[in-house]
Amino acid sequence: MRLNRRGFIGAGIATAAALQAPVVLGAGKPRVVVIGGGAGGATAARYIAKDSDGAIDVTLVEPTRSYYTCFFSNLYIGGFRELSSIAHSYGKLASEYGVNVVHDWAIGIDRDARTVSLAGGAVLPYDRLILSPGIDFVDGAVPGWDVSQQNKMPHAYKAGSQTELLKAQIESMPEGGVFAMVAPPNPFRCPPGPYERVSMVAHLLKQINPTAKILIADPKEKFSKQALFEEGWQKHYSGMIDRLGPDFGGGNVTVNPDAMTINIDGAEEKVDVCNVIPAQKAGRICEIAGITEGNWAPVDGHSMQSRLDENIYVLGDATDQGDMPKSGFSANSQAKVAAMAVRGALTGSKVFPAKYSNTCWSLIGTDDGVKVGAAYEATDEKIASVSSFVSQTGEDAALRMQTYEESIGWYAGITSDMFG
Amino acid sequence: MRFLGGTILTWAALAGAAWADETALRIGDPERGAEVFQVCAECHQVGKGAEHGTGPHLNGIFDRKVAQFEDFEYSAGIIRARRAGMVWDLEHLDAYLTNPKTLVSGTNMEFAGLSDPKDRGDVLAYLRQFSANPQNIPEAAPTALKQEVELSPEVLAMVGDPEYGEYLATECTTCHQLDGDYDGIPVITGWLAEDFVLAMHAYKQKIRPHPVMQMMAGRLSDEEIAALAAYFGALE
Repeated sequence: MRLNRRGFIGAGIATAAALQAPVVLGAGKPRVVVIGGGAGGATAARYIAKDSDGAIDVTLVEPTRSYYTCFFSNLYIGGFRELSSIAHSYGKLASEYGVNVVHDWAIGIDRDARTVSLAGGAVLPYDRLILSPGIDFVDGAVPGWDVSQQNKMPHAYKAGSQTELLKAQIESMPEGGVFAMVAPPNPFRCPPGPYERVSMVAHLLKQINPTAKILIADPKEKFSKQALFEEGWQKHYSGMIDRLGPDFGGGNVTVNPDAMTINIDGAEEKVDVCNVIPAQKAGRICEIAGITEGNWAPVDGHSMQSRLDENIYVLGDATDQGDMPKSGFSANSQAKVAAMAVRGALTGSKVFPAKYSNTCWSLIGTDDGVKVGAAYEATDEKIASVSSFVSQTGEDAALRMQTYEESIGWYAGITSDMFG
Repeated sequence: MRFLGGTILTWAALAGAAWADETALRIGDPERGAEVFQVCAECHQVGKGAEHGTGPHLNGIFDRKVAQFEDFEYSAGIIRARRAGMVWDLEHLDAYLTNPKTLVSGTNMEFAGLSDPKDRGDVLAYLRQFSANPQNIPEAAPTALKQEVELSPEVLAMVGDPEYGEYLATECTTCHQLDGDYDGIPVITGWLAEDFVLAMHAYKQKIRPHPVMQMMAGRLSDEEIAALAAYFGALE
């Protein structure tokens, strides 16, 4: 079995490293640097620090002091959560787990010297590097838009000030105004995310601006939980939401942020709010490290190790791993596998076969929650889906409410799994 | 020993049609069941004029969705089971009587369970007399007397490796909180190993309803379930 062999090899290397490291490196402990403090990075940092019991030095590099989870940020737009309820600090990772939390940007990686350089000037040496930078946007994906326009046409696809801005813009729409969304092509962060967002925008508008309209320009034929969302939109927001798929030019879109217009397949539309969610790629530090192929960083599904550098592991949205969706749940799941593999490599601790899972809950309206999920296992080619489920259309209200309540429980669970 | 739940599930799915073939035997002795029921009668009334006490009355319980009385205050655990669509059919009643907590975590029913299948079969035979549609109840002994999840003594006796359990548990802690906080997802720490093992096998065999848990448990081996039971059981 490849997995077992891998475990053994890891253990062998680790023993050698443990014996030699003090001599060769002149330092007592192996060092792990984690870049990115989201669902992947925070989880990995916490698990390595916790499970190695101080035998590994863990440094987490994350620019923001207050981390806003992308998951549940749509619920803030809909009015179901306060923004402060999705904000998290890194205090416990430092105080309870001994993670060295550095609030800075990683701007360079020297893979030969095994160092990370930070915008503030510091250089961090590592034995293993974990990259969990999330996404960046593909330049020119939506003609007329780039990040310099993000205050006029927010993406709100990295949570925090962008989410706040988008909500404020929706709240100040004129009566009967138009909210437009430019939806992204596959693959992208949080497959149900744009459609949960539309649901939450509709929920908000229904209360404060019921004659407003929502227009989605979508380059995709199909999208996640489509039947569930369309059923819910019909039920809760009938007549409010119009989605133009590729058949109707939804993939041929340009925007003009100054004029606040969106051009769909040649037809110009004046809009009041325009949420542009561009095509995505791995967070830029992956490109800088030179571990991407195309837009994403390929990894070995057995361990989340980069296929291009054995000292680097990549987690979450930035990876090309196979069948798992780009989600916080996936990143958290992958982080635990990587943490185990990294510990095994550095300290010789036991390495078990990888298991992964994911569930994505979405809220369509008040107490109307749905979910989709799957379990995965590693093959030599990829992380492969082995079983899955999805909520059904026509479920009764009690089950939908239970699903929503379950999502609240999950949020509490995963955030304590990430931040301690 | 092979689990016979597949058969049970098939019966449940086919309902009446399949039941009809299996009515040759009685599910138990109602007269003896009346005696066994005396333990239950401390909290539950049944029969003419029955009212709610510590527990709800049990008239018409067969084939009723769980937790249907608006004038009774149910536990969160039972309400979860109701939302998941659980019905008091024979297999669920039998499972609940075997060990209430195994079927419904968080139930208020303070009852260790009836381990003897004959006791359960007899009590159920007694209770069925107070339900409107007893013709829907199979009277085949294997069904009536079957435990919800039948596990071999070897599986039940398996001692899990808590170190492996700790690794496997990292999949659980994305949703279930280790510190025992409840925010909408049940607490799974501090369970007796046997309760944990039975509950996980009930998910694995798709008797307990919940798609996520059926999927998660569905790919766990007997050893892995034992390991998780050992790990979580040791946590406060």
